[in-house]
Amino acid sequence: MAAKTLTINGKQISAEEGATILQAAEEAGVKIPTLCHLDGVYDVGACRLCLVEVTGVPKLLPACTTKVSEGMEIKTDSEQLQKYRRLTLELLFAERNHVCAVCVANGHCELQTLAYSQGMDHVRYDYCFPKWGVDNTHRLFGMDHNRCILCTRCVRVCWHIEGAGTKNVAGRGSKAKIITDLNMPWGESGSCTNCGKCVQSCPTGALFYKGSTVAEMERDRSRLEFIVTAREKKLWVASD
Amino acid sequence: MDGNMISNLIQIKEQELAARKKIVLRCCMAAGCMSLDAKGVREQLEKAVAEAGLQNEVEVRGVGCMRLCCEGPLVAADPQNTLNIKVTTKNAPSIIAALRDGKTEVSRTDPNSSFFTKQLSIVLANSGVINPERIESYIAADGYHALHEVLHEMTPREAVEALVKSGLRGRGGAGFPTGLKWGTVAKSPGAKKYVICNADEGDPGAFMDRSVLESDPHAVLEGMAIAAYAVGADQGFIYVRAEYPLAIARLQIAIKQAKQLGLLGSGIFESPFNFNVDIRIGAGAFVCGEETALMASVEGKRGTPRPRPPFPAESGLWGSPTLINNVETFANVPPIYRNGADWFAGIGTEKSKGTKVFALAGKIRNTGLIEVPMGTPLRVIVEDMGGGAPDGGKIKAIQTGGPSGGCIPAQYLDTPVDYESLGKLGSIMGSGGMIVMDDTTNMVEIARFFMEFCMDESCGKCVPCRAGTVQMHHLLNNIANRRATARDLAKLEELCDMVKHTSLCGLGQTAPNPVLSTLRFFRNEYEELLQPDPFGPPSNGEVKKQTAAMH
Repeated sequence: MAAKTLTINGKQISAEEGATILQAAEEAGVKIPTLCHLDGVYDVGACRLCLVEVTGVPKLLPACTTKVSEGMEIKTDSEQLQKYRRLTLELLFAERNHVCAVCVANGHCELQTLAYSQGMDHVRYDYCFPKWGVDNTHRLFGMDHNRCILCTRCVRVCWHIEGAGTKNVAGRGSKAKIITDLNMPWGESGSCTNCGKCVQSCPTGALFYKGSTVAEMERDRSRLEFIVTAREKKLWVASD
Repeated sequence: MDGNMISNLIQIKEQELAARKKIVLRCCMAAGCMSLDAKGVREQLEKAVAEAGLQNEVEVRGVGCMRLCCEGPLVAADPQNTLNIKVTTKNAPSIIAALRDGKTEVSRTDPNSSFFTKQLSIVLANSGVINPERIESYIAADGYHALHEVLHEMTPREAVEALVKSGLRGRGGAGFPTGLKWGTVAKSPGAKKYVICNADEGDPGAFMDRSVLESDPHAVLEGMAIAAYAVGADQGFIYVRAEYPLAIARLQIAIKQAKQLGLLGSGIFESPFNFNVDIRIGAGAFVCGEETALMASVEGKRGTPRPRPPFPAESGLWGSPTLINNVETFANVPPIYRNGADWFAGIGTEKSKGTKVFALAGKIRNTGLIEVPMGTPLRVIVEDMGGGAPDGGKIKAIQTGGPSGGCIPAQYLDTPVDYESLGKLGSIMGSGGMIVMDDTTNMVEIARFFMEFCMDESCGKCVPCRAGTVQMHHLLNNIANRRATARDLAKLEELCDMVKHTSLCGLGQTAPNPVLSTLRFFRNEYEELLQPDPFGPPSNGEVKKQTAAMH
């Protein structure tokens, strides 16, 4: 495959043709913040945290879905981009009920980590305090919609890796919600294979193993292969 | 009947013209007049004609929109050239009586008023003239002749070139050069290609595309067929919103009739060209007017947009190259091929060719549809044609482009209507909704209304649009209810900038426009509502002075 040369933050790098900006940056050791991206599943460009500036393109482009091209000049950390990232995080924190102190994912949460790394130290917008429920009907897993950021990672692993098609999105805008099957309690889902990939993919404390308490919900991101090929390799046995 | 030959088309036209009666009463059968019982009016007219024994002289024809919607139901009489307004089932028979003695109890309007005379009809040429439910009526108006000519006289490449030469730009809002789009799809490699007509018109106050579909559905079908030939597609979809049942019904009739005559289907006009059209009905989501969301919806998926590139021209429906144009764009196509690209390029301004249909609504005397050449000043549209604000009001602003557009204040009324000029004022041409506001209109309320619309219609996929519109609406609410400070206004402006630049699709990217444009021209209306900041001096020096003056 032909290689492309481009610059990221003034640094000349080469990348494989067909690679995304995100992949090229990662290879070159440039960190671009992401939230809806998950290695192993296709990208949707929804969280807008990985937006980058490309010289000659008037719009900001998501690094996760934009392919590299020859001579591309990319900026990943301009002041403007950093400001937008902090604002995006502020909006996410204000949107639902993200209370770290009582969250199962406290200390292991990608949203929390991003807020630290991007310097989002407080939320200036009014909290919405929506009343979302918790679905605890599943034998092994729980889903707290209050902590969901609608990144749809769980939906994508469910459809495209597990192939079960249990998880989906219903509703529109701020009323959008992750559902199981045709919006039924998770425990009653006929299609769920109890594989737990969705739990493993969740960036926040929205999806968790039952029985985990504050700060106990750890996910091992380095073992992505685990998520992708868990079943064939019998690495992952979901049990209580 | 084997309709694959042009001779059949000519025969149909001749038969249709020979069957014409001396007097034609054209009754508007578009949704606006239908809601005021235009159907009953038409039945009464038919009955009165029968009772007067005038069946051989008078034809009562159901036609499409006759433009002056506020005065409906409308009945026009030819060749008398009278236009009866607000016709009811009761007074309809007196229109027939008037054919004898000229006296009628039905009100009339002057068909030579500037509302009508300043219009230039290309897209709406058949609207209000032909019967949209009879293909013969369209053929008599030279319908499908352009398709025949293109199939037999032009190569697909020549067809694209002709459209490039015409200078037609997309009428859906953004104004992308249509010829360039066709050329890109034509050049994209792929055995299967699609043509989609975007009829998911959803801007509040916009009803141009609905009227075109209800009044002249065959023009859209013919335009799509020509496009399909030019780009190498054999399957078309029309994506219509479910809220347009009459348009859907007329399209279904039109597709059926065109198939019967061999104008859609296989081997059209004895050429190797095949083209079929199917209707897809939207389920009420505004975002499905965005092309990538629309395609997802056609594919049967959740209607959410995806990042571009790849553009539909390269990878669209089911990954195949796909041409998406708006209803009005397709309706422009047959006249361009019928009359030549040069003819079309001679109308309008240097960069915006042809005409534009606008739906005039709001605080204006004459509401309805107008079609004017590009470059017509806004003043001509709202004052001469629209008759200005009703009840002696003063026009304050004009909202164009729906929730993606902006408010143009009255001092810019002399702006010519074209893509660039409206863009310079922070608004957009949009699909053609034009809402006139008078001096009683509160601009903060307008911004809040449109923000609420965008908030409700956000699909929820990307964070800036989903959560940002909620916060912007909340801030606008606080400002409108006098619960906000200068700091809140600054936060609102910051969010507007962020949502505009970071949202995934056009809905989010343009959602702040109504706020930005009202802030640009009517900032004082916002500032008047602000409260003193209890937490110290605001960063904005101007407001600090104001706050000091208040104490």
